[in-house]
Amino acid sequence: MKLKILIIIFIFKLSILKSAENIVEPNHIHKNLRCLVCQGQSISDSNSDFAQTVKLVVKDLIEQGKSEEEIYSFMAEKYGDWIVYKPQLNKENFLLWFLPYFILSFGGFIIFRLLKKKTQKT
Amino acid sequence: MQKIIKIITISISTAIIFVFYLSLNKDNNYNTESQIGKKLNFDKIESIDEDKYLYIKELKGKNFVLINFWASWCGPCRSEHPMLMKLKSEKKLKLIGINFKDKKSNAKIFLKELGNPYYFIGKDEVGKLSINFGVYGIPESILVDEQLTILQKFIGPLDNQDLDDILKKINKV
Repeated sequence: MKLKILIIIFIFKLSILKSAENIVEPNHIHKNLRCLVCQGQSISDSNSDFAQTVKLVVKDLIEQGKSEEEIYSFMAEKYGDWIVYKPQLNKENFLLWFLPYFILSFGGFIIFRLLKKKTQKT
Repeated sequence: MQKIIKIITISISTAIIFVFYLSLNKDNNYNTESQIGKKLNFDKIESIDEDKYLYIKELKGKNFVLINFWASWCGPCRSEHPMLMKLKSEKKLKLIGINFKDKKSNAKIFLKELGNPYYFIGKDEVGKLSINFGVYGIPESILVDEQLTILQKFIGPLDNQDLDDILKKINKV
């Protein structure tokens, strides 16, 4: 009996977590979209006509059940990657995505080597 | 080992300088280059007159199409209107006007005063349609070929140079 109750609670929690994952927050999306007619403002920060219209379209897309990624893809398809603050990985920007990780690993390797050398000397 | 580390360090430094060089030389202003070559994607456009629609299949495979976003309250739209009137007589080109965030009565007065160059006038009352066309301000025009592939986008009012570009493109084939 205890096990059955535990399983029911587990399934209930899991479904809550899953539904929370699927909630698309419009404000979060607005913050990640650039206002193309403003100086360095996101759609969320801007009161321009363009930003207001984009907000309406984002609302519609959410109501249609589109995911956050699908909304970014839609906007990038219409306005290019420039509209999204975090552009999707492509051949033009792969270096920007991977270079920091590579430098970090390489730096770590050098530090490791230096420390190893130091301990060997002492 | 020291030599390898030196070589890698120099390579990474060179790569970083190269990335900075490329990024700093890149034009960060919004441009429409990314749109050229893409297909227009819409089902239908609602007419400014009630209960009339323009379906995408009506346009495909027939003529070049210039989709022009305009409004009666927009000053630059008024200044570009003579260009559109000149294009009206082009047999290979159909002009579609999308009346943007405007009052129907004002739009009708505007066209009565300056002439109607459009084959069809659609309406975009709240601007959502303009986002679907990648428009961010008016006037803006999109030239597409018979297969509805975007050939060029014109941001701002059309001028004589734009008119020449459009004529060259439609008479090229």
